[in-house]
Amino acid sequence: MEFAFTEEQQMIRETAEQFLADHCDSAAVRRAMATEAGFEPELWHRIAGEMCWTAIHVPEAYGGLGLGYVEVVALMEQMGRRLLCAPYFSSICLGANALLLAAGEAQKERWLPAIADGSCRATLAWCDASGRWDATGVSATFVRDGEDYVLDGDYRYVVDGHTAGLLIVAARTPGSAGTAGIGLFALPADTAGVTRAWLPTMDQTRKLASLRLEQVRVPAAALLDAAATDAGAALANILALATVALAAEQAGGAQQILDIAVAYTRERQQFGRTIASFQAVKHKAADMMLKAEAARSAVYYAGCVATEALAGGVADAELAAAASLAKAYCSETYFFNAGTALQLHGGVGFTWEYDVHLYFKRARASESFLGDAAEHRERIAAGLGL
Amino acid sequence: MRLSFSEDDERFRREVADWLRANLCGEFEQIRFRGGPGDEHMFSGERKRWEQRMAEGGWTCIGWPREYGGRGASIEQQVIFHEEYARAGGPGRVGHIGEGLAGPTIIAFGTEEQKARLLPGIRNGTELWCQGYSEPGAGSDLANVKTRARLENGRWLLNGQKVWTSLAHESQWCFVIARTDPESVAHAGLGFFLVRMDQPGVTVRPIEQITGTSEFNEVFFDDAVCDAGDMLGKPGDGWKIGMALLGFERGVSTLGQQMLFQNELDEVIRIAQANGRGKDPVIRQRIADAWIGLRIMRYNAMRMLSGQQDGSLSREATAYKLYWAVWHRNLGKLAMDVLGPEAEVIAEAPYELTRLQSLFLFTRSDTIYGGTNQIQRNIIAERALGMPKEPRPARA
Ligand SMILES: Cc1cc2nc3c(=O)[nH]c(=O)nc-3n(C[C@H](O)[C@H](O)[C@H](O)COP(=O)(O)OP(=O)(O)OC[C@H]3O[C@@H](n4cnc5c(N)ncnc54)[C@H](O)[C@@H]3O)c2cc1C
Repeated sequence: MEFAFTEEQQMIRETAEQFLADHCDSAAVRRAMATEAGFEPELWHRIAGEMCWTAIHVPEAYGGLGLGYVEVVALMEQMGRRLLCAPYFSSICLGANALLLAAGEAQKERWLPAIADGSCRATLAWCDASGRWDATGVSATFVRDGEDYVLDGDYRYVVDGHTAGLLIVAARTPGSAGTAGIGLFALPADTAGVTRAWLPTMDQTRKLASLRLEQVRVPAAALLDAAATDAGAALANILALATVALAAEQAGGAQQILDIAVAYTRERQQFGRTIASFQAVKHKAADMMLKAEAARSAVYYAGCVATEALAGGVADAELAAAASLAKAYCSETYFFNAGTALQLHGGVGFTWEYDVHLYFKRARASESFLGDAAEHRERIAAGLGL
Repeated sequence: MRLSFSEDDERFRREVADWLRANLCGEFEQIRFRGGPGDEHMFSGERKRWEQRMAEGGWTCIGWPREYGGRGASIEQQVIFHEEYARAGGPGRVGHIGEGLAGPTIIAFGTEEQKARLLPGIRNGTELWCQGYSEPGAGSDLANVKTRARLENGRWLLNGQKVWTSLAHESQWCFVIARTDPESVAHAGLGFFLVRMDQPGVTVRPIEQITGTSEFNEVFFDDAVCDAGDMLGKPGDGWKIGMALLGFERGVSTLGQQMLFQNELDEVIRIAQANGRGKDPVIRQRIADAWIGLRIMRYNAMRMLSGQQDGSLSREATAYKLYWAVWHRNLGKLAMDVLGPEAEVIAEAPYELTRLQSLFLFTRSDTIYGGTNQIQRNIIAERALGMPKEPRPARA
């Protein structure tokens, strides 16, 4: 047992921290978030080409670096600190993970190298407008028709769905329910019958889209075959991995907004002293730090479990519990810290000019995405046999 | 970063488990799962004998260096030991103040003569220690201690009063912060004294607690004698040593405590399953929240300990006490809410409480002793976040 970053992990983390500080400042975030695509291709090329973040946990056989999920977690934490606007979460934490867990050999060979080098951006579409984040939220259907499958249905809240080149979609056989009857398919976004629309959101730093599939005909080879027998379970594991990554991003955001708030309170003077000297302010900051540190412990733990899960070393239930633990804690922490930071800023915290609102909105959006704290606690309660 | 243990560590785990299985039985069967928070007053004789049995097996002070009778156990091994100890239902340790606080402090600051003389009693479970810090006028403001020590004929004579001294009535020794320089104020002019409890100059009076039991005491010093050789460090070192000791308090010794917490939470979950409250959506949320909180506490501790083998405090360690104290207090309340109306019914008149009632009441002190929540937040804000120190009026 070794619960500290290895030297190599530490290096990856520090390099990411430096890179993002240089290339992802407030101005860059604001430029990207104002566009419909939500990212600047220039920055994406550097992230993929120079930094190789898109390759980090993809096995070497498919053009990746073959590192673990702890490294992904370390990167996501740093991206969260800087509110990076880029399709990393969608392409790597949803898309690549879906292929890693559900695709057959030929499918991995076909798609993963392009995802690892950043030339292909993938995403995962599964849920409809019901607001259910697990397999029960899948309402699109697929039927076999000769050598093909025909897909129909609607998806909502698809991260970067309007810009991704590869769509991995979950659908179900007509009449099936729950985790039964699920199938996962990989199809190029320009497949006939696919309509995509940007879904403008309050948090502008992560772009969502809705998708409509109408009589979309795909070859049999589009069905991700490694998980074909139990795609419901594969979907749950894919979402658990994405949840761990999202929680890491939340932990990073929670830390950064604490740092921003403390820095501000040490500058701002009222009553002849800095507001940081008021105990009411100090104690709020202390609570924020306690939560930020605990959030970090939670995501590092979950990252370790995810690494073992990808290597086939832990039971599905353990991965699910680790993901729920991290998501429940980090969701509340990020929102608490962002809300508290806003309060500690006073009036300027309510302006467009200061960055606080960017964190506050990202915190709100991430809180509900992939299930809020209450939902994840309920999953844990069920897992405890209650 | 990885979660699994090495093969050597797993072998160590079997060794611990085997020893506990072979020893925590017979006369000790009755103290399994006893003596935890709120239950400290129970079975003190049996638990002292158990301490000595542990010592015979070499299972006390395992984190101490070998030269002082420990095993030089790694952090991993200490984690494993605490896990297995809790799993086996090992009773609350009466020797924890010596093993976790006095011992490491003596190892860090004592002379070789002091170590040779004082450590074996702790290691062998024959001498118990208590902590004489707080006074009526010095609680959170510990630097305000008034107990005085004066050197006379090569011996220190102590006069003053300590309060809230846990287990003073069971202890052979007390470590005391007292003022060596009567003119001094605040942190300067303090000494760190190791005082024998069985002497005419020391009077211990129990204080009845919220639970109706007496785990802590008032301790009065009237020319209490402390041999010159029983001062740790020099006059004036008291504050430095006293604070270093509190650092040990936040270290490895917290791991054992977490395992007790796990047993308590498991009991609450069992009750919720049995009485149907586990179907209540709000209770489910709170139980899951407690479960999450405890898991995270474990990884907080692992991070804190993986970072520094020397017991010094890292930035994130400053939040540790506040985290567990609040978690535990919430668990006490959750236990009551899971029990519902039955939570009121005590075990026996006149005032014998059930374990969970004791837990509920006792956990209200977790956020007070060892630095209150407010003091913890001051520490986090000032030391970890670099915010300004509290203003202090000039002392009278
Ligand atoms: C069960 C138990 C066991 C104990 N065992 C021991 C022991 O073995 N040895 C020992 O030496 N002591 C022991 N103590 C004493 C304990 O350390 C003190 O009670 C504690 O430090 C608080 O001091 P106080 O009780 O004087 O409260 P006070 O310091 O008077 O505090 C009262 C309130 O004021 C708040 N407050 C004080 N200062 C500040 C500030 N600067 N900013 C904001 N708020 C502030 C506190 O947070 C608290 O809410 C024990 C206490 C308990 C409850």
